[in-house]
Amino acid sequence: MNQVRKLACVVVLVVCAMSAAANWLAPAGYAKQFREAPDAPPSRQHLLGTDEVGRDRFARVLYGTRISLLLAPAAALVSTALAALVGGLAGYLGGFWLRLARGFTDLFLSLPWLFLLITVRALLPLNVSPLTSVLITFLILGLLGWAASARVLSTSADALRNSDFILQARASGLHGPRLFLIHVLPNLKPVLYAQFWISIPVFILSEANLGILGLGVAEPLPSWGSLLRELEGLISFREEPWRLVPLLLLIVVMTSFQLLLSNEEVTA
Amino acid sequence: MPQQTMLPSKLQLWKIAKRVAQKLAAIAALVLLGGLLSATLVRMAPGFDADERQLDPGLNEESQRALRQSRAGEHNILSFYASYLRGAVHGDLGTSHALGQPVQSLLRERWPVTLRVAGIGLLLAWILASMLAITACLWRLPAFEIFGTTISGAFLCIPAAVLALLSVVLNAPGYLAIALIVFPKVYRYSRNLFAKAYAMPHITAARARGLSETRILARHVLPVAGPQMIALAGITVSIALGAAIPVEALCGLPGIGQLTWQAALSRDLPLLVNLTVMVTLVTLLANSGADVMVYMLARGES
Repeated sequence: MNQVRKLACVVVLVVCAMSAAANWLAPAGYAKQFREAPDAPPSRQHLLGTDEVGRDRFARVLYGTRISLLLAPAAALVSTALAALVGGLAGYLGGFWLRLARGFTDLFLSLPWLFLLITVRALLPLNVSPLTSVLITFLILGLLGWAASARVLSTSADALRNSDFILQARASGLHGPRLFLIHVLPNLKPVLYAQFWISIPVFILSEANLGILGLGVAEPLPSWGSLLRELEGLISFREEPWRLVPLLLLIVVMTSFQLLLSNEEVTA
Repeated sequence: MPQQTMLPSKLQLWKIAKRVAQKLAAIAALVLLGGLLSATLVRMAPGFDADERQLDPGLNEESQRALRQSRAGEHNILSFYASYLRGAVHGDLGTSHALGQPVQSLLRERWPVTLRVAGIGLLLAWILASMLAITACLWRLPAFEIFGTTISGAFLCIPAAVLALLSVVLNAPGYLAIALIVFPKVYRYSRNLFAKAYAMPHITAARARGLSETRILARHVLPVAGPQMIALAGITVSIALGAAIPVEALCGLPGIGQLTWQAALSRDLPLLVNLTVMVTLVTLLANSGADVMVYMLARGES
């Protein structure tokens, strides 16, 4: 691991640790309103000031980071599992199934990602509890984000299908799910890992986009999307630079993921 | 002799026509399937049957019945889709429930805005990314490399909606936000392509023989990187269309992106199905057009 990747790893770990310790670092919580101090500038009591309804911005950033960093990998896990199932199986079975899976992934990939997300999210109820909105948002990301990974996995599994060791395993009498689970799937691990890591930053950005457009996590629960939505009321950067902190944190975390990713992609 | 020279070109033309026909058939199938999928999803969505106007106490029983009847045809998804396709063949794309206007006129009003914003954005992104990528490969200065990678990396890390918001705060035009969303993807890919092309042995030989950099670029690098750049151009159309949604919604630009946003929020079935079909059609046409161009280039070379 080179120095830059080590640094990126440390940054992600520090951010994760801080968000995990949100209860101790910001005991006031993300929803408590300090009604005597709405839109307050940074102070000793409120490190990043308060939002327009008087909630501590530092607390909201910590809790929002926790939600985004916890659920984006969960969504990535769902999408990678779906991709392994659809792409891996289609590649392993080949022929008609491979063509069918590729046609289906083509259909998914022919629509712009954000267009697909917004359309499907809007079809589901919008007036739901904050916790349900979190689950809906990240479940949609997981359930819709499998197509690109499935395409990569189907190609890898297709290549494996005709490899010598699979042919030998077949000749030895190993068939069906057992052959897939014992020999094909373990050999797809590097691709699966890479697709999992690639999906995390994509889902973090997607949640942020949905949140800004009002289709993400519902208030009062914070997420990077809802925190960035505050930029809508920003008049100038010079007057209230502290409002850019969630954006800067997102850029730092995303950059760290990118630096961590490069090696995973190469390995795949 | 003349017959012998004519024969391959006719054969080539036939092969290209066959490929175009295959692509068009695939596009038609995917578009129809996309529309059906979209219509099915909307039909299955919770609260599909609810219409705000049914809560209006000012409407009498007859009006309520008329309202229910107007949406009755949408209950069976297959019959809805079949009647939609019949209408589409005759140029009738239905009426938007939320906006109360014919979908056809809405699309006619909105497409030029999106085409202009996304088109200028794409053009800017491609000019900026190609210039940066070529300069980085030509000069091979570490500082320039770091600059390009940092700038593109930073824009890759910013959500499209944030760039749209920042363009509102900074009073920048919407197409600039689209350009900045597309730019990093084009830069990173084209930078790698050019770097690979410049590293080829015949480029080193051309340099050793004293060929000018412009000539090397035009005659030896672009033909190698060109096909993949064309394929990338097809993909960036889809990226720009996706970026148009937050940019138009947040910058108040009355284009297809904003219309999609409004249709999604109001669960406007006819509009959503039409938009899905249109967007699928445009992205597939762009990708297939790029594919056919790459195929033609490859045939021309062989």
